[in-house]
Amino acid sequence: MTGQLFGWTGRYLRVDLSTGASENLPLPEDIRQTFLGGRGLGGFFLRDFATLPCDHPDMPLIIASGPLTGTNSPASSRCHIMSRSPLTGAIGDASVGGRLGLELKHAGYDALVVTGQANTPCGIEIDDHEVRFTDATNLTGLPTPDVFAKLRAHRPTGCIATTGPAAENGCRFASIMVDTYHSAARCGLGLVAGLKNLKYIAVRGTGATQVADPAGLAAAVEDIERLANASPALMGQHGFARYGTGSLYDLMDSRRMMPTDNFARTHFPPAPGINAYAYAQRYHPVRRGCPGCLVQCKGLSGDGRPLPEYEAMSHFTALIGNEMIELAMRATDFCACLGLDPVSAASTLACHRERTGEDYGPDRVLALLLGMATSQGPEAELGRELGQGAASYAASHGRPDLAMSVKGLDLPAYDPRGAYGLALSYAVSTQGGSHLRANPLSHEVLRKPVATDRFSFSGKARSIKSAEDMLAAADSLPICRHLLLAASLEEYAKAFAAVTGLPATAGDLLLAGERICMQERLLNAQNGFTAKDDDLPQRFFTESGSGAPDLPVPPIPRQDFLAARAAYYRIRGLDLNGLPTRDTVQRLGLPWPKQWERA
Amino acid sequence: MNDQLAKYAAKLADAGLCAPGEPLLAALDAELSFNHAGDPRQSLAVEVLLGLGASALLLAEPIGACQATMYALAREALEQGEAAVIPGDCETRTFLHDLPVVNGLDTALILQALRRRKGCIILHQGRALMAAAGSVSPEQTFVTASSMAFACFVAYFAKHLRDARAGQITSARRAEFAAIRALLDADMARLPQTAPELLSGPFANADQARAAMIQAGRAVVEHGLVDSSFGNVSCRQSTTGGELLLISQTGSALDELGGVIDPCRMDGTSCVGLTASSELTAHKAIYDGGPAKTILHGHPRFAVILSMDCEKLDCPGLGNCHRACATPRAVNGDPGGLHIPIVPGEVGTGPFGLCNTLPPALTSGGGQRGVIVYGHGLFTTGAVDFRDAFATLLEVERFCRDEYFRRVAGLDQQNDAG
Ligand code: SF4
Ligand SMILES: [Zn+2]
Repeated sequence: MTGQLFGWTGRYLRVDLSTGASENLPLPEDIRQTFLGGRGLGGFFLRDFATLPCDHPDMPLIIASGPLTGTNSPASSRCHIMSRSPLTGAIGDASVGGRLGLELKHAGYDALVVTGQANTPCGIEIDDHEVRFTDATNLTGLPTPDVFAKLRAHRPTGCIATTGPAAENGCRFASIMVDTYHSAARCGLGLVAGLKNLKYIAVRGTGATQVADPAGLAAAVEDIERLANASPALMGQHGFARYGTGSLYDLMDSRRMMPTDNFARTHFPPAPGINAYAYAQRYHPVRRGCPGCLVQCKGLSGDGRPLPEYEAMSHFTALIGNEMIELAMRATDFCACLGLDPVSAASTLACHRERTGEDYGPDRVLALLLGMATSQGPEAELGRELGQGAASYAASHGRPDLAMSVKGLDLPAYDPRGAYGLALSYAVSTQGGSHLRANPLSHEVLRKPVATDRFSFSGKARSIKSAEDMLAAADSLPICRHLLLAASLEEYAKAFAAVTGLPATAGDLLLAGERICMQERLLNAQNGFTAKDDDLPQRFFTESGSGAPDLPVPPIPRQDFLAARAAYYRIRGLDLNGLPTRDTVQRLGLPWPKQWERA
Repeated sequence: MNDQLAKYAAKLADAGLCAPGEPLLAALDAELSFNHAGDPRQSLAVEVLLGLGASALLLAEPIGACQATMYALAREALEQGEAAVIPGDCETRTFLHDLPVVNGLDTALILQALRRRKGCIILHQGRALMAAAGSVSPEQTFVTASSMAFACFVAYFAKHLRDARAGQITSARRAEFAAIRALLDADMARLPQTAPELLSGPFANADQARAAMIQAGRAVVEHGLVDSSFGNVSCRQSTTGGELLLISQTGSALDELGGVIDPCRMDGTSCVGLTASSELTAHKAIYDGGPAKTILHGHPRFAVILSMDCEKLDCPGLGNCHRACATPRAVNGDPGGLHIPIVPGEVGTGPFGLCNTLPPALTSGGGQRGVIVYGHGLFTTGAVDFRDAFATLLEVERFCRDEYFRRVAGLDQQNDAG
C-alpha cells in the first residue's frame, strides 16, 4: 500500500470460526470504488457463496462500514450486515445503528467477514489489530440485556453486538442486537450467526478515518444539516426528532394505510388514542440515536425500555387487534430481549390470528413471543412453529394466501393499496417485503422531493428504479435513509468527494447504486427467484382497504401493476422474467455467474 | 403524464417567467413524452434525459427581467472563471446551493452539470436557457426552474445595490441596469393598487377557513408575490373537536391548496401534521404568542432584495447576515407609517432556524402586521381573516420596490457627486 488512504481503511478482517484463523487482508482499490462499502461491499463478499445453504460453513456473515463511517458526515455512523436470509432464501441484509461500524472502522477495517462454524458458542473480540475468540457458552439462553451487562463488565467501552435466545433456537427471524438498543432486525441475520455458533462480536478501535479535504467536508455537512433542519419529517413540530418514527402512526392511519387485522383492513379506529403523543405522555422518553446524527430518532422510556419504532408500534397494535399501549411496549421489549424481528414476529401472530380467528390477550401475545424465540413456556410448541415465519406457517396449513409477505419477508406497516409506488417497490425489492429499498413513501406520502399521486402507477417504474439506486448507494456510503427525506445524493456526493479525495457527483454514486442493485438481482436469480416472486399477496389485488367517503381505497389494479412491473424490468435492464440480461450485467462491469456460463 | 407536462409549462408562462408555449418539458417512464411536438431541442432533451436516467427534464428560456438578470450573472460568472452563479436568497441557496453555468448547447457539459445539481443555466447565442431534471416528477423541474429565475432576479438587484453602496458601478453597469429596470413594467402590472376581494372572517368552521386559505393562496401566486408558487398559509380555527391550526402542506403550491391543508391540533395531541409546512413550528409559536388568526408567507422579490441591503459594509458579521445578524433592522416608511422588522433565520427549526427569530418579532408589542426574514420572504398576519394579511403583503412589496429604486438613485447621485 502506497500513500495515505482517505475514507476507507483499505483493509478487511476475515475470521474463520471453524479453524480459529483470522486474516487482515487488503481491500483493493477497484473493489472499494466499485462497491463503496456497506451494502455494496456485503454483496461483493457474498457473491461467490450466495447459492450455498445458510447453514453451510462457507456462508459468510458480513459486517461492512463504508468510506463515510467515522467522519462528520451526518448520520454516517451506521453499518450494514449481510448474508443469505434463512427466512427467505434471498439475500438478507440490514442497516444498523450503534457503534458497530464506527468501532470496526476505528480498529482499521472496512469490513468483517465471518465464515466457518464453531463447535460451541463463541464470541469474537477485536481490539484494533488483535483478534480473540472467546467461549460464550455462559451467555446462551440469556436475554440480551443480561448478555450486554455481562460483557460490559469486562468491556466497558467499544461496541457489542449479540444475538438473543431466538438465534440459538432456530427462529428464522432472529435479529442481532447492537449496543443494547439498536437492532439488525430483518431477514433473520441473527440465525445466520446462530448457525455459526457465533454469540457475540465486540469491537474497539483507536484509529480515525482520514479525510482528504476537511474544509470541503465541513461545507457539505453544513449543506446537509441545513436541509435536515428544513425538513418537517425529521426536525419539525411532529418530526422524528421529537417523536421518533412513531410520528408516522397518525399519518398512516389518516391516509388509510395502517395495516389492520393482518392487512384485511387499512384503518384502526383506536389509533388516535394510542399514537406517538400518547407514548410521550405515558413514558416520558428521552431521545437517543446513532452517534453523530442530529435527528436522534430513538426513544427510551424512563424505565429503560426502548419505545417501539413505527413498524413495531403499528404491527403490535393494529395488525394484531391490540388497543393497549403497554402491551405494544412489552412486546417490543420482549423482541429486543429475545432477539426477534418485531415486524416478522407481529406478522406471524397476525397470520395465525386470521387463520384461527383467535383474539389475543396480553399474556398470550407474550407467551407466543417467548415460544417463538425459545421453544419454551406455555406456548412452546405453537411458538416454535410460528418461529419459522408466517410464510412457512401459512403454507403448512394450506393457507399461503394468509402470509402477508413478499419473497417470504413480512411486510412492514404501510399498506400498499394506499401507495402504488410502494406496491411496486415491495414486489421488486431484492430483500423481499420491505419499503427500505426505494422508500417511495418519501414522495407518495411525505411529499419529498415533491408529492406524487399515490394512487397512480404513472411515472413510478422509473422513479422506483432510481430511488433503489439512490438507496443502494446510501446504504453503501453508508448513511441513514431517514436523512434522504431532507438531503439527497447531491449533497452526500460532496461529502464523499471531500472525504475520499475522489471527484464524484450524485450521478457517479447513482451508477454505483445501480451496480449494487443488479448484483443483488444476480444473486437472487441464481437462487431461483424470478418474476413470480416479484409479486404481492393476492389480497391487495382483490380486496378494498378501509376507505373514507372522500378517500376510497380500492384494490390495486392488477393489470396496471403488471404493466408497471414490466416497465420496471425494461428500465432496469432485466428480461421479461425479471432476470438480469448479459448486456446489463456487462455494462455494469459485473461478472456473469459461473453456474450460468454453460447454459 | 402529458397533462403534467402541459400543466407545468403553462405555469411557467403564467408566472411571467417564459413565453407561452416556449418551455420544453419531457418525461420518461417506460416511454418518452413531450409537452409539445416539433421543438428543435427535442433531440438534445432526449440525450440528456437518457444520459441522466432521470424521469423528467425541462428546457426553458426566461423572458424579460428574468432573462436579463440570469444572463448578466451567468456571463459574469464565466468571465470570472466561476463554474456557477451563487444565489443570494437563502431559501434557494438551501435547496439548490449553486446554479452551474454551461457555455453553449453542449450535451456533455449539460449532463456534467445536471449530474451535480438539479438545474443549470446554459448560455447560448446571447441568451440564457434553463435546464432542470427531476427523478420523480415533472413538478421538480418546474420548481427548480422557477427558483433559478427567482434566485437570479434577487441576486442581480441585491448585488447592484451592494455595489452601488461600495461605489463600484461603472457606466456600462448603469446602462445595463437601466435597461433591465425598463423590463420590469410588465411585472408591475401584476401588482394592483388595491387588494382583491377575499373572504371575510371570522370563519364559522374549518371548511370555511380552508376555502379562505385556498383563495388567499391563489391570490398570492396570481399577484407574483412568491416564486415557484411556494410559501405557506395558515389559519387558527376553533372547531367542535378542539382548536385547529390549519396549514398548507410542505411543498404545496399556494395556487393549488385544495386537499393539501393539514389540520394540526393546537393542543399538540396528534402528529397528522407531519406533512405540514416546514414553518409549522414558527406558525404555532406566532399563534401561541399573539392575537393573530391568520398568517400568510410569500417571497415578494423586492422585500427579499431590500432585506439584504445593509449600510454596514464592514460589519464583522458579514457572511452570516442571513442567520445571525444581531443588528435590529427594519423597512421603514414615513414616520408613524410602515414599519416592518427584518430578522435573520434559516428555513425550519435548526439552531439558526427562523422559528427562533420570527415569532418573537411578529408577536412583540401585542402583534405586528408583518416581518421580513432576511433574504427569504415576508410573513404577514391577519386579525380575523386574510384580507389584512394580504393587503400588508401587497403594501410592503410595493413600498420595497419604490424604496429600492430610491436607494439606488440616491447612491447614484452620491457617487456622481463624489
Ligand atoms: S435518523 Fe435515527 S436511525 Fe437514522 S442515523 Fe439518525 S438516529 Fe440513527
Ligand atoms: Zn419561504
